[in-house]
Amino acid sequence: MTVDETWYLVLSAMLFTIGACGLMVRRNPLVMFMCVELMLNAVNLTFVTFSNVLNDVAGQVVVFFVLVVAAAEVVVGLGIIVAILRRRPEATADDVSMLRG
Amino acid sequence: MVDTVVFLVAAVVILVGALGVIFSRNPVHSALMLVMTLFGVAVLFVAQGAHFLAAVQVIVYAGAIVVLFLFVIMLLGVDTAENLSSEPLAGQRPAAAVVAVASVGLLAVLAVRAVQVSTGAEATTLPLDSERSNIAVLAEVLFTDYLFAFEVTSVLLVIAVVGAVVMARRPRPAATDELEDDGSDGDDLGVERHTQTEAELA
Repeated sequence: MTVDETWYLVLSAMLFTIGACGLMVRRNPLVMFMCVELMLNAVNLTFVTFSNVLNDVAGQVVVFFVLVVAAAEVVVGLGIIVAILRRRPEATADDVSMLRG
Repeated sequence: MVDTVVFLVAAVVILVGALGVIFSRNPVHSALMLVMTLFGVAVLFVAQGAHFLAAVQVIVYAGAIVVLFLFVIMLLGVDTAENLSSEPLAGQRPAAAVVAVASVGLLAVLAVRAVQVSTGAEATTLPLDSERSNIAVLAEVLFTDYLFAFEVTSVLLVIAVVGAVVMARRPRPAATDELEDDGSDGDDLGVERHTQTEAELA
C-alpha cells in the first residue's frame, strides 16, 4: 500500500508554514535564514510529489535548480550577515532596518 | 505498509526538526535541527523515487550549507543563547499563529484540490519509467531541454562566489592605502628621474 500523495502535500504545507512563521517571529538573522531553507525544502518536496503524480521528470529538474539557487543564496546571504555581525555582534534584524530603501 | 511507516517516521522527523529550528534558543541547536529536517526530506525523496535528488540533498544541504551556517555561527561567536521570552513587537506572535493556522489550512485545501484536478495528461518532457534509472532520465532532460538554464546556473554560481568574496573581505585600512600610494608615486618619480638623466646624458 502506497501513501496517498495528498499526505505529502499536506506535510509540505505544514513545513512551509513552520518556516514562514519562524521567519516572521525570530530576530536572529541566521535563524531567519534557516527558516528560508525550511520553506525551500517544503517547495522541493511539493515539486517531487507532483513529479511523481504526473509521471514527469520536469519537477525533479526544477528541484535541481532550486538546490543550486539555494546554495548561491546562502553564500551571498551569509556574506552579508558576516559583514553586519562583524561590526555589531549583537545585531538583530531590527537593527538593520535602516537599510530599507 | 512499509511505505506508510517510512512516511510517518519521516514526517515526524521533519516536523520535529522544523519546530526545533524555530524554537531553539541557541543558533547551533537550530542548525542541527535543520540537518534533521533535511534528512527527513531526503528520505521522502527516496520514497518517491527521486534517488539523485536525495543524494544531492544530503551532500549539498546537510553537507555544505549547514556546515557553512555552523562555520559562520562559530566564526562570529554568536552562539550565545537568545532570550525568547521577551516579545519586542507587541502582538507579533499571536498574529504569526493566526497566519500559520490560516496558511496551513489554505495550502492543505489547495494541495487536495490540486491532486483532484490533475488531469493525468501525458508528460511533456520525459516520463519517469522504471526501466531506466532516475539519474539517466534526469540527466537526459537536464542536458537537452534545460541546457540553457543549466549554463545560466553556472554564471549564477560565479556571481555568487564573487559577491561573497567582495562582501566578506575585510576593508583595507586607510593607513596601508596611503603607504601604497606613496610607494607607487615614488616609483613613478624614480622612473621619470631615470628617463630625465638618460635624456641629459644623451
